[in-house]
Amino acid sequence: MATYTYTPVPDQGAKAGVLAYLVISCVVLLLMMLFGLLMRMEQAQMISIGALWFYKIMTLHGAGMVGIVALAGAAVMWHFLRQYVDLSTGIFMANLILFLTGVVMILASVLLGDFHAAWTFLFPLPSTSMGMWSPGAAALFMGGLLVIGVGFVLLHLDIARAIISRYGGLGRGLGWPQLFGPDDGNAPPPAVVASTMVTIVNLIGLVVGASILVMMLINVYVPTFEIDPLLAKGMIYFFGHVFINAVIYMAVIAVYEILPRYTQRPWKSNKVFLASWTASTIMVMFIFPHHLLMDYAYPKWFLIMGHIIGYLNTFPILIVTGYGAMMIVYRSGIRWDMCSRLLFVSLFGWAVGAMPAFIDGTITVNYVMHNTLWVPGHFHTYLLLGMVAMVFGFMYYLGKPNENAPDSALDVAAFWGFVIGTMGFTMSFLYSGKISAARRYAEHLPEWVPYDKIASYFAMLLIASVLVFIFRFLTRLGLASRDYQRASLARSMAT
Amino acid sequence: MQETAWQVSLVLMLMITFGVVFVAINSGKREEEYGPLVKRAYSFRTKLFWVVALVFFPAMIYNLMGLPYSPKAVASSGPAQVINVTGHMWYWEMDRDQVEPNQPVDIRVTSADVNHGFGIYDPDLRLIAQAQAMPGYTNVIHITFPKEGTYRVLCMEYCGVAHHNMMTEIKVGKS
Repeated sequence: MATYTYTPVPDQGAKAGVLAYLVISCVVLLLMMLFGLLMRMEQAQMISIGALWFYKIMTLHGAGMVGIVALAGAAVMWHFLRQYVDLSTGIFMANLILFLTGVVMILASVLLGDFHAAWTFLFPLPSTSMGMWSPGAAALFMGGLLVIGVGFVLLHLDIARAIISRYGGLGRGLGWPQLFGPDDGNAPPPAVVASTMVTIVNLIGLVVGASILVMMLINVYVPTFEIDPLLAKGMIYFFGHVFINAVIYMAVIAVYEILPRYTQRPWKSNKVFLASWTASTIMVMFIFPHHLLMDYAYPKWFLIMGHIIGYLNTFPILIVTGYGAMMIVYRSGIRWDMCSRLLFVSLFGWAVGAMPAFIDGTITVNYVMHNTLWVPGHFHTYLLLGMVAMVFGFMYYLGKPNENAPDSALDVAAFWGFVIGTMGFTMSFLYSGKISAARRYAEHLPEWVPYDKIASYFAMLLIASVLVFIFRFLTRLGLASRDYQRASLARSMAT
Repeated sequence: MQETAWQVSLVLMLMITFGVVFVAINSGKREEEYGPLVKRAYSFRTKLFWVVALVFFPAMIYNLMGLPYSPKAVASSGPAQVINVTGHMWYWEMDRDQVEPNQPVDIRVTSADVNHGFGIYDPDLRLIAQAQAMPGYTNVIHITFPKEGTYRVLCMEYCGVAHHNMMTEIKVGKS
């Protein structure tokens, strides 16, 4: 049976590899945010970079953001998971090297080769460029994605090996003996359960993604090697959806691991928790048809499945993880610092962003809102105020000078700037979606421009805040690798 | 529909906000015994689960009515007017661009090259229907235009450097 006594866990510093992941994440994340700002300013008619550069930047922003949040999420997961299982540092670093190699290939493809088919590389656009880019540029981009994917496959294979070796199987990593049998209180900790889930879905997603990339690479040079566009789209969105969703499930490990240290309350892998993670494992893999609702050629049951799972998927987020965070903080005497604030608000961001997301997955809504700015509206909410907040919370945790170190007014101002900037930025997106502003347009109709301007100002506030977060982390890198008490312990009623 | 989606989203987002703010406000004073608190919280969570389930499940089922994949029954008689559409980089080819209001129209959408999205905007610039234009497949939009006017068609799937310029018009009623 589960008990509710918290057993103190020492705060460990980060390995050099984790810090390398995080520093690169900071640099690329900031650059990609600036690219995003340029796109919004172009739509707002505040600058003029032209359609070609807009779409090149859009392609880099999409691929870069997906890649870098995956890298940052992997850093969080690896840091905590290695405290429970024996992971290979060599594989971890190999993933980073492959990632950087892929990034160079993608940058060359876009900046030198003018490739701009978006990160979704929807078949047959990469091989049908109307002379705007060469087959070589398309191959370099897709090859870059493939190299990054291979790195993550290696990383997940190593994680799977370590979990199987420690717990006896991936089912045991998900806590199935305790879920389907009596709960003996020996289920793996949340970090292991989450890592197992991410490993299962990402390995399947990456293999599907790599398969379609290889098929399309062949098609670039051998056009007679024909690919069904409907199959290609399904495979791309299966891979894309699984991979981008997995980043949140990696980063949330920071919440599971750090909030209990602040509140001195345990986050238990009980039956409800385990059931929710097993349900998420399945749902993350079968929800992707909600990207395909306007492809009437798919079987109707398949599209209805996307609609239904969209609704069901909100339950684990709201009722288990979101609620769990509220429970652990409620009357805990938690001491608010940058880390605890960011981790707490990240659950808010995730939950609040999931609302417009499942609404968009409603078929009749999707009919009039698919590929409007409503879509980036919801995923920017749960990625920025959810996943990215988790990563910055983790960075503040690593760099906190001591458990009683106060935050500067600048950091606190940056926190509120981040929250207000993100909400203003994403609500502008959502409102633009409500008035039917189309997504991925280099030039907006005059009716849409006022909201682009508002979004740009909020994006500036958001980026200014992120600059503070990054600056603070980089100046505290020396502390981040040391083992010492960081988490501010909750106030006791007696104090 | 967009107005409803916006308002429902706002209500749900605000409810979450209130919950989070309530917890944040009540986080300062520590209740040392976590066990009893967990018991109360789990009991509340069970209630919350059923409230959410009782709202979400009927909404999920209700929203499966009136799917756009098959024609809706309309009061008017007569065969559907048909528009055959082919998307090209970067223009729309349509075999007619004028139809009658209040009569069913079948818009048969495909593509000659890459993926496009055929999005129909009403005279107030509100998106009222769309379908993917995919090479090798034909998706049929079943629609009845409620009022006369000029409806704009915009591309809804990114298709290259002139994606945002890929526009045309459908005239409903006397031109």
